[in-house]
Amino acid sequence: MLSLRNLSIDFGTGPDRVRAVKGINLAIGAGETVALVGESGSGKSVTGMALTRLLPEPPAVYAGGEILFEGRDVLKMSPDELRRLRGGKIAYVFQEPSTSLNPVFTIRSQLAEAIRLHRPEVKEVDAEVVHYLDLVGIVDAAKRVNDYPHQLSGGMQQRVMIAMALACHPQLLVADEPTTALDVTVQAQILDQMRELKKRLKMAMLLITHNFGIIGGIADRVAVMFRGDIVEEGTTEEVLRNPQHAYTKALIGCIPQLGQRRRRLVTIDHSTLG
Amino acid sequence: MKWLDQIWVQNLCLLAGYALLARLVLWGMRSERWQSAWKHLRRDRVGMLSLCVILFYLLVGTLESISLPSPSGSLTVLQRLTQSIPQEKSYAAPFTTAALSVSDPKPLLGRHVLGTDALGRDTLVQTLRATRSALWIGGLTSLIYIPLGVLLGLMAGYYRRWVDDAVQYLYSTVAAVPEILMLVAILMVLGKGLGSMAIALGITGWVGMARLIRGETLRQVERPYITAAKSLGQSDWKILTRHLLPNVMHLVLIKFVLGFSGLVLAEAVLSYLGVGAPVGTASWGTMIDASRSELSREPLVWWNLTASSCALFLMVLALNLFGDALQRAFDPKRGS
Repeated sequence: MLSLRNLSIDFGTGPDRVRAVKGINLAIGAGETVALVGESGSGKSVTGMALTRLLPEPPAVYAGGEILFEGRDVLKMSPDELRRLRGGKIAYVFQEPSTSLNPVFTIRSQLAEAIRLHRPEVKEVDAEVVHYLDLVGIVDAAKRVNDYPHQLSGGMQQRVMIAMALACHPQLLVADEPTTALDVTVQAQILDQMRELKKRLKMAMLLITHNFGIIGGIADRVAVMFRGDIVEEGTTEEVLRNPQHAYTKALIGCIPQLGQRRRRLVTIDHSTLG
Repeated sequence: MKWLDQIWVQNLCLLAGYALLARLVLWGMRSERWQSAWKHLRRDRVGMLSLCVILFYLLVGTLESISLPSPSGSLTVLQRLTQSIPQEKSYAAPFTTAALSVSDPKPLLGRHVLGTDALGRDTLVQTLRATRSALWIGGLTSLIYIPLGVLLGLMAGYYRRWVDDAVQYLYSTVAAVPEILMLVAILMVLGKGLGSMAIALGITGWVGMARLIRGETLRQVERPYITAAKSLGQSDWKILTRHLLPNVMHLVLIKFVLGFSGLVLAEAVLSYLGVGAPVGTASWGTMIDASRSELSREPLVWWNLTASSCALFLMVLALNLFGDALQRAFDPKRGS
């Protein structure tokens, strides 16, 4: 459904130009969940944003390659087509739920706006809003719709963001560090929810994270990104059990294990990785 | 621009202005930020006092703006209310019973709290009537410069690149021409009158607003909710009006109140220079202008100048204090 071919993305111009993504190849099939794992600065978020050309240009420059969505190159689409693609076909959930919602509108109006934008055929918009809030596990959704974002907890806000993304019936959900800003118990709840929704709605998902710990049980395949390159790719089981690349091994080694007797947590020594 | 000086056009605009202000406040009431600002403002004594003063001026200005038909032509509500105060022949000092004349101190037809002017009109009534001109200038100019400044500021901050360059070029150019020179030039072209004065002030006044909104927009665009809106596939126009505008609106309100006092002052200055309000319009500027020569009279006629200056001063002071109070109330760092 979606495939990146030799995609390169630069930032800046002239001598300050930096290559953030170095010709990566990645494919996501319909209904498939792919995790893109890497440390901060490895280019994973940039890749996610690039899928619908969300990066501000300048400073970003799409230096080469193709982003094929259902056989069409996103990089060659007109602004109108891009707008229909964003949200309608590819929806996003971002890291910071508290700032990703507009502070001055109720969640009802924000969700309703998303539905009207991409599904103009829906007549009972309010009912649809409540339905999707229910779906993501918001208790008493009919009452909560009139709340402003600041009246909700971080976990609730992220659920609203997920509901907003799902309400547009996307074919691909890009979740960019969806649980990083949340505390651990809420993280687990949100991940469970996403796991279940994925099964129920049969949409594809690109899960972007730095945490190998959360991808088990959600992702079908994993791509490990390091310094703008995909260094390893395989099924989740395969990669977790038998990592090939030194960076992947190091990254998996960083996950603190329960009951482990060690004074210091493991860090990655970049000088040995080349 | 003579049509702008028609009374009914002005009254219509006044109503539109009130409706707009009411809509703005009602709309703001829904936002959490405005609610907490209001809570803070209510405890601000200076702020509430100045708000009362402003509301009083608004009331007086409104009374003067509503015309009622009567046997002797149409009169405004304020004129109706003050009809019982008789018109004298010429000057009369405050609280005196005889006209201000050494040779022929005739008894007056009534008492005048603030005396009368050269034509025997009651100074207090004239001062109150002049409120309309001040509000009218402030209101109409705001209706012109706020949309202009906000729109250009938002576009410059959101689109960046050549739009930003163009807007910056435009406002740097306007700001580089001495303001009073530009005002007088525009008034010469359009002709005297309150309407053309508002247009002139509007053309020169949007610069500060555009700068302010541009700066705030540059800051807001970086916030994730804008990226989130974009990732939902919303159009640029929707993002500008539905997402950015509500989040810069508090600045518009503060700037509007603070700018209003400047506009009232500018009206007085221009009228004093003789390019402002046409003869016969009650305005503080024309009153000050007319009473200039009275200061050299013997005995001294001081009440006209004092009354109009004090009225002007009080309005500007109240507006500034209220503007400051608003700014404090909206300041996220205020701590309470």
